[in-house]
Amino acid sequence: MIEPSPVLAIAIPLVGGALVVAAGARRNLREAVTLLTSGILFATVLALIPAALAGPSPTTEVLHVLPEIPLAFHVEPLGMIYALIASGLWILNSVYSIGYMRANREAHQTRFYLCFALSIASVMGIAFSANMLTLFMCYEVLSLVTYPLVTHKAPKVAAIRAGRTYLGILVSASVLLMLPAMVGTWMYTGTLDFVHGGVFGEALERGSVPPWLFGFIFFLFMYGIAKAALMPFHRWLPAAMVAPTPVSALLHAVAVVKAGVFSVCKISTYLIGVDKLAEYGQGGWLLYAAGISVIAASLIALFQDNLKRRLAYSTVSQLSYITMGAAMLNPLGMMAAAMHIAAHAFGKITLFFAAGSIYTAAHKTKVSELDGIGRRMPFTMGAFTVGCLSMIGLPPTVGFVSKWMLLGAAWTAEQYFAIGVLVVSTLLNAAYFLPIVYRAFFRPPPSPGTTGEPRHGEAPWPIVVAVTGTALCAATLFFYPSVFAELALALMKGMPT
Amino acid sequence: MDALIPHLPVLLVLTPLFGGLLAALMPRRGPAPWMWSLLVTAFEVVLALWMVKQVQRSPQETITYLIGWWPAEYGIAYVIDALNAYVILVVALLAFVSTLYAKSSVEDEIPKDRHNFFYSIWLLAICGMVGICATADTFNIYVLLEISSLTVYTLIAMGKYRDRRALTASLKYLVLGSIGATFILLGIGYLLMLTGTLNMPDMHEQLMLMKAKGTLEGNRTVLVGFAFITVGLGLKMAMWPLHLWLPNAYTFAPSAVSALVASTATKVGVYMAFRFIFTLFGTVYDSSATLALMAFCGTLGIIVSSIRAAQANNVKKILAYSSVGQLGYIVVGFSMANESGVAASVIHILNHAVTKGAMFMACGAVVLRMGNADLKSFYGLGRRMPATMAAFTVGGLGLIGMPLTSGFISKFYLVSGALHDGQWWLALVVLAGSLISIVYVWRVIEVIYFKKTDKRAPVAEAPFTMLIAMWILVSASVVLGVDAELTGRLAEFAARALIGGAS
Repeated sequence: MIEPSPVLAIAIPLVGGALVVAAGARRNLREAVTLLTSGILFATVLALIPAALAGPSPTTEVLHVLPEIPLAFHVEPLGMIYALIASGLWILNSVYSIGYMRANREAHQTRFYLCFALSIASVMGIAFSANMLTLFMCYEVLSLVTYPLVTHKAPKVAAIRAGRTYLGILVSASVLLMLPAMVGTWMYTGTLDFVHGGVFGEALERGSVPPWLFGFIFFLFMYGIAKAALMPFHRWLPAAMVAPTPVSALLHAVAVVKAGVFSVCKISTYLIGVDKLAEYGQGGWLLYAAGISVIAASLIALFQDNLKRRLAYSTVSQLSYITMGAAMLNPLGMMAAAMHIAAHAFGKITLFFAAGSIYTAAHKTKVSELDGIGRRMPFTMGAFTVGCLSMIGLPPTVGFVSKWMLLGAAWTAEQYFAIGVLVVSTLLNAAYFLPIVYRAFFRPPPSPGTTGEPRHGEAPWPIVVAVTGTALCAATLFFYPSVFAELALALMKGMPT
Repeated sequence: MDALIPHLPVLLVLTPLFGGLLAALMPRRGPAPWMWSLLVTAFEVVLALWMVKQVQRSPQETITYLIGWWPAEYGIAYVIDALNAYVILVVALLAFVSTLYAKSSVEDEIPKDRHNFFYSIWLLAICGMVGICATADTFNIYVLLEISSLTVYTLIAMGKYRDRRALTASLKYLVLGSIGATFILLGIGYLLMLTGTLNMPDMHEQLMLMKAKGTLEGNRTVLVGFAFITVGLGLKMAMWPLHLWLPNAYTFAPSAVSALVASTATKVGVYMAFRFIFTLFGTVYDSSATLALMAFCGTLGIIVSSIRAAQANNVKKILAYSSVGQLGYIVVGFSMANESGVAASVIHILNHAVTKGAMFMACGAVVLRMGNADLKSFYGLGRRMPATMAAFTVGGLGLIGMPLTSGFISKFYLVSGALHDGQWWLALVVLAGSLISIVYVWRVIEVIYFKKTDKRAPVAEAPFTMLIAMWILVSASVVLGVDAELTGRLAEFAARALIGGAS
């Protein structure tokens, strides 16, 4: 029997990717491989939960990338949350991909499934990374392997241009800001290991790192992680929406963007140490930067007619919720942030699935075209409504749970700015999501026979299965949030106060 | 066999020397000269590995070989330590892989009845480069430098069968290279006048004696000698702005020559700079001003050449300008004169050789199939030459310094070196340079994978020997990027030894 381990969790999708290539054009076999791989991966990740609840596990060193810094992995609660949602949603997303890619007759499907498997492998690498170098390497690999997915529709000019924006912003930020921050940490502290409370304590006490430099390194990290889409480094996300919808759904609502906010939380908790930030009076600016990002992105979303772009800006704003949670610089905020990583994932992937479903069945991409579509696609739009409620943070959805925790954390920390941001953004969320629901269900559909109005029903069944599945998850987690809540609690308990 | 061990340093030089002379006697046609060269370079790799093993056995000591048993003060001494054993290994490995690669390229680009001469000169060039690294005698350095330079001028000029502009490129290199070599010779002459010795360790000792006696203070001769040598080396290693010979030379040379020269020749120049600046002049002068000037040239070189690369429309020229930029990294690294910085330089000698060699090889395969290396020839090749283009892509990622490739390791050391002295601005300039490299690499990658091909041209995958050669280098780049324990330690050790001489 093979022992479940982080290394195994990375190896499984890699092997799956190789098998996908081997299966090649035999598409039923190829898709079966993807589904099977995602199932096995999810089971492996589930088996790691006990280890995660017990706190950071011993690290497994794989290779010595640099003489003194190994490629190393461990299991801890925060990474567990991220790995769970990514691997779990990969199953549903694969079901969805099969329906979507076939119905839309997309080209290069083998490449598509291969890159998907590679992305998940690097996501596992990020989630289980035991030091900053490992995280950085997997983070960069994730940017690279998702590039062919973003440019899937090349040689269309829009796709190539989007690819440039995508890679340009992500890589520029990580190379120009995150890399020096990482090397700086290495030079000043002599370690890059992730440990509770961060690695700067001793250097700060000794005075070899002045507080301003500590704050500067934190600043470089926060903006270097462009995947967290903190404004003004958010532009790659709307650009990436030219990709096929399964990519937008799993990668640009869950895996890639969560890699960003996960890194924000992980670095703040395990490398920088939020208590050290609070102690030395650094990093307070992040709360305001994130808050402004929340509001500004919501305002932009309000004016987007393209459905996927509206969802993308909503993602930008929701990601900054998580950053804001981390920026409260207390364990409660970090716990809320961890919870919101999970909560947002289920809601947002549902919304993207629905958008792709609409595109597949009705070939519509704009909000203004959606009049009365709820009657023709009841499952899709029903799921969409659940997703909207989760985004706004209303019961009975998981979005309510995390928003409640965020509010609680802000209240405890007496961060009235954060409370204000949460209230205003909830209103804004409602203002850009509810009109879509209203249109879909309460406006009359355009009369049949109107020019360019296709006749359609629901999307193909795999799509419907996937979209209802994620919506059900979002609702179920409201009643039973225990898995993620326990992990988030374990994270909080481990943090020094 | 063990009886050979004491003679290893000189065997390293004699093997390609006599190999080259014998190659000229081979039949003009047929594969004999190529097979002979392959054999010779393979033997050279074995010798180099053996040498490294000897050095590792006692890393603190140097291995000295006195030619003809003349004392070092009068005769020629070869001195091998961790640093030059490593550089020799790099040169030998790259020479072997390039020779493997050369078969198809030479058959295509060089007239059938000149193959024996081509390989003869080829091996002599390798002899010169290995010799420069092995010897500790300054005049011997000059001699071997001329051997390698003259042969490389010839090799580049042979590109004329494909494109006549190779002749002017070679002439330009000849003129500038000769100026550089003359400067080095003049510098050595001045030093000989003062110290009365040509042996490098001895020269260093004499200079230190002069310093102790106080006669060094205000001594113009030493200063001028140092200046001549520095400028000459700058020319030889194509340090910006003394790089003008390089872009055209690399662009118009036969493909195999581009691969060999780009991955080894300038590296040998860098090695000479290490020796002269750290070992010879290390404690003699406070060389921080020179190093600051070099840092300035290096950073400007990174930025300006990368921009030029981003503007070029011939892929070989893109790679050539990129070489000047990458050399900037090496220069910036050792100009920091701290352990991480010099280690970055040392490790980048290997990492860049491997990466750029692979890319020039991929580019040469395109020249073979399409007739030239214009950006237009690369349209849609991702579908028609997938293995070659994959090699090019991985190589490109290495140039950018992406994780999992060797380029990342160099960059990590380099940024460490900059931050070691708190020079954040230097780190940022270096990284900004690598962002520009994304631009020029991605221009080619987009063309390879997204553009439509010209359907009429029947294009097949590159020949087998070419693919093997380039994939050896690409895998080396990945392996060195994932597990740099060995190379990292070696580089750190060499760096300590070099700076140890300086402090």
